[in-house]
Amino acid sequence: MIPTIGLEVHVQLATRTKIFCGCAVEFGAPPNKNVCPVCLGLPGALPVLNREVFGLGLRAVLALGGEVSSVVKFDRKNYFYPDLPKGYQISQFAHPLGVGGSVEIDAGGKPKAVRLNRLHLEEDAGKLLHDQLPDSSVVDLNRAGTPLAEIVTEPDLDSAEEAYQYLTTLKAILRSAGASECDMEKGQLRCDANISVRKNPSDLLGKRVEVKNLNSFKAVRLAILHEITRQSAALEKGEKLVQETRLWDDERQKTFTMRSKEDAHDYRYFPEPDLVPFFVKKEDVEKVRASLPEMPKAKEDRFIKQYGLTTYDAKTLNLEKETADYFESCVRQYAQPKSIANWLTGPVAAYLNANPVSFKELGLREEWLIEMAQLVEGGKISFQAAKEKLFPEVIALKKRPQEVMKEKGLEQVSDDSALGSWIKEAIEANPKVVADYKAGKDTAAMFLVGQVMKKSQGKANPVKVKELMASKLAESN
Amino acid sequence: MDLSRLTISGLAERLRKNESTQKDALEALSKSIRERDTDVRNIRAYVPREAIKPIHRKADRNSPLWGVPIAMKDNICVEGLEVTCASNILKGFVSPYNATVVEKLLDAGAVIYGQTNQDEFAFGSSCETSCYGPTRNPRDPQCVPGGSSGGSAAAVADHTAIAALGSDTGGSIRQPAAFCGVVGIKPTYGRVSRYGLVAFASSLDQIGPITKDVRDAAILLGVIAGHDPKDSTTANVPVPDYTSFLGKSVKGMKVGKPKEYFEAGLTPEVAKSIEESCAALRSLGVEIVDVSLPHTQYSVNVYYIVAPSEASSNLARFDGVRFGHRSKSSATLLDLFEKSRGEGFGAEAKRRIILGTYSLSSGYYDAYYLKAMKVRTKIKQDFDDAFKKVDAILTPTAPSGAFKLGEKTADPLQMYLSDIFTISANLAGVPAISLPCGIVQKNLPVGLQFLGRPFEEEKLFQLAYAFEEATGWHKKLGNVS
Repeated sequence: MIPTIGLEVHVQLATRTKIFCGCAVEFGAPPNKNVCPVCLGLPGALPVLNREVFGLGLRAVLALGGEVSSVVKFDRKNYFYPDLPKGYQISQFAHPLGVGGSVEIDAGGKPKAVRLNRLHLEEDAGKLLHDQLPDSSVVDLNRAGTPLAEIVTEPDLDSAEEAYQYLTTLKAILRSAGASECDMEKGQLRCDANISVRKNPSDLLGKRVEVKNLNSFKAVRLAILHEITRQSAALEKGEKLVQETRLWDDERQKTFTMRSKEDAHDYRYFPEPDLVPFFVKKEDVEKVRASLPEMPKAKEDRFIKQYGLTTYDAKTLNLEKETADYFESCVRQYAQPKSIANWLTGPVAAYLNANPVSFKELGLREEWLIEMAQLVEGGKISFQAAKEKLFPEVIALKKRPQEVMKEKGLEQVSDDSALGSWIKEAIEANPKVVADYKAGKDTAAMFLVGQVMKKSQGKANPVKVKELMASKLAESN
Repeated sequence: MDLSRLTISGLAERLRKNESTQKDALEALSKSIRERDTDVRNIRAYVPREAIKPIHRKADRNSPLWGVPIAMKDNICVEGLEVTCASNILKGFVSPYNATVVEKLLDAGAVIYGQTNQDEFAFGSSCETSCYGPTRNPRDPQCVPGGSSGGSAAAVADHTAIAALGSDTGGSIRQPAAFCGVVGIKPTYGRVSRYGLVAFASSLDQIGPITKDVRDAAILLGVIAGHDPKDSTTANVPVPDYTSFLGKSVKGMKVGKPKEYFEAGLTPEVAKSIEESCAALRSLGVEIVDVSLPHTQYSVNVYYIVAPSEASSNLARFDGVRFGHRSKSSATLLDLFEKSRGEGFGAEAKRRIILGTYSLSSGYYDAYYLKAMKVRTKIKQDFDDAFKKVDAILTPTAPSGAFKLGEKTADPLQMYLSDIFTISANLAGVPAISLPCGIVQKNLPVGLQFLGRPFEEEKLFQLAYAFEEATGWHKKLGNVS
């Protein structure tokens, strides 16, 4: 079975105010705090385009290599829903701001260009709240009028993994360009997936199923896997698939039918008469293009070349613009790129994965990371101990690593006599292992070194222990 | 002296000179409304509200409208007042904000006083689709006042308002002004802010003055016109002092007479009035020349695609969720929408929503909406061509005088055709003024329409004022004494 996948991603453009009025864009404000006649859709109110939205949209289009439309026009998309105050959404239908472009992803170690169909600007709807009153739903219109860019791919993705790669890369690009924060937890990046499967490459594309309600990258991956499995099984059984829209249920980890093609809306698009179309000046486009920072892919290639990093490290550092900038700033102060990269892609990345904090929230000062690297480099502490013991304490106590190391007694022990006594204990406690070693099993020595590290609670200098162990074992011969 | 019988200019002068007080003026109007609008003649130019609440703010004594009461059509938002567009679906909606025109009026010292009746959502040409019942024509209470701004025109004609604002999407200021024998101007599209005007058809709507004479229209438009950062469709074109063009000679001005407007549908009496008007203009030194607006014959057709299409979308917000009428008997969400709208909208509103929804539907869009927009461009092109040769264009405002109440309610098409001469100005976006130019059937006024180049309202005022001075219809009709 061959899956074909296309994604529609909505990202929130990083403006302070809404797309057609001056209300603040603010996450987590009390319901209906940031509203006015315009975003409430009151009779008589009119939209006025926030120029910043156009500017950020332009940045997004150019960062993704798209072509900028010569004219900016909006259309009305008409449908009824209580979270849509005007009964229509102001969007771009006939003339999207951007056409084409691509995102290069890592497809199983090989680069692959995912082509983009379009990028258009539109306003977000409000939110229905079902848990505020016992017997009715209420609507919060704080989000209504939040500026969005919808980015639609061509059906170029072949797997859930590629979809995941696409999203992470897209996010890195948009963040670099300053177009969107793409914070999924704040709903700043939302994704719908179009998925179909077919038996043979020569077959026509299968019936397209659109899956909505994908609220995390993980959900995207799981929902696509689920759909591929579901659709493949149906095809195997000879069942007919239908074009439909399905919803992902995160709890039950499956999709279910929302509406079929027959129930699809007729949105009755027509040009928005309240907004005057305007032409995009070539020189403005060039100005924005010139002001774009280095994009993640270019930076990745430069990191490999300039700092001798591995592809993996370079890629990982560039997933977030902040991390890449942080890395370069550290390297400027302490010219050990590999060691800084190791810290960031190792302990720091692991910590962020395991804890619900962002890199920014972590509060790891550059001088602290540099100091930890220096301590390891100078043999004051083993990398192992620094990673497992020192680093979490530095984060928890928000103090200089040097101080933390002393306070917590984490300093590496390189003193011969202290090490000697641990080595002696280890040898005496494990006569069988010693015998194995003597019988020619070299790895047995590693076990003994490990025992010493354990006894020292990780503080023993592993290089020194290895040396001393070798000579002790030789001595006892 | 009955202050209600004064014009803006007359009243403003008395107030400035301390010959009367603002209180006197409001009391005079209140009495006039009580006596003529409700009790005796039952004109019903005003929508029934508990009591008229005057809205004003502190302004400089020398402000152009200092102390002058101005009536608002019921589709213009005034903070703290119920605004319903004469529709049941908006009953109970109290606007939390002021339309830009209201802000401008208040800043100019005006007192917002009273809200006038209209066709529901401005859908109509007779003021008969109002949820409050019809307004009558003060010239003949058996007749309609025209529409949709019928209340504004009737109030001004009946001296129950000094002046009023109306809105014009296809003739809704000019046709009632003609039927009631007063002056009405639809400004260039983009001349006056639409912010706070409950939208009917966004690409056609304009707010404009309805007044007793041309001078008042010039004063009032001068106050409300101008660029508004809250309305992207307003133009950043300076607003001249329109009153400075009043009294200027019109000698040598060229006015076009489009032959297509005189071919059919015009009653002989109206045709005669227009001919007499042309003669009056010639005697002022105006050169009347023949022009052609060949695509004008498609105006009504184009209009009834474009306007309902936009209206169907503009009226989607009346869904029973946030304001206005909500059905009490809805079990599901779809029910809530369908019943609230079903109960709230009147028959004409429903007709237009259905028409517009159809025209925009996928599969029909190209054949209707897109085609109509193309013809609209042609209509505009006709005007551009004509205005290369002439300073203004002259037509009757309506094919006949006011018709009887109920005469056209059963036949929407006949009703639509009563706007045949006014619609093209909205489609082309050009300014047009209507002023009285005669009387037919003993007491029914006839309107003369001048159309001008975009943003050249001053020329219309210049021409209209010269005509008014020369013919004196404003005096013959008792608008000014």
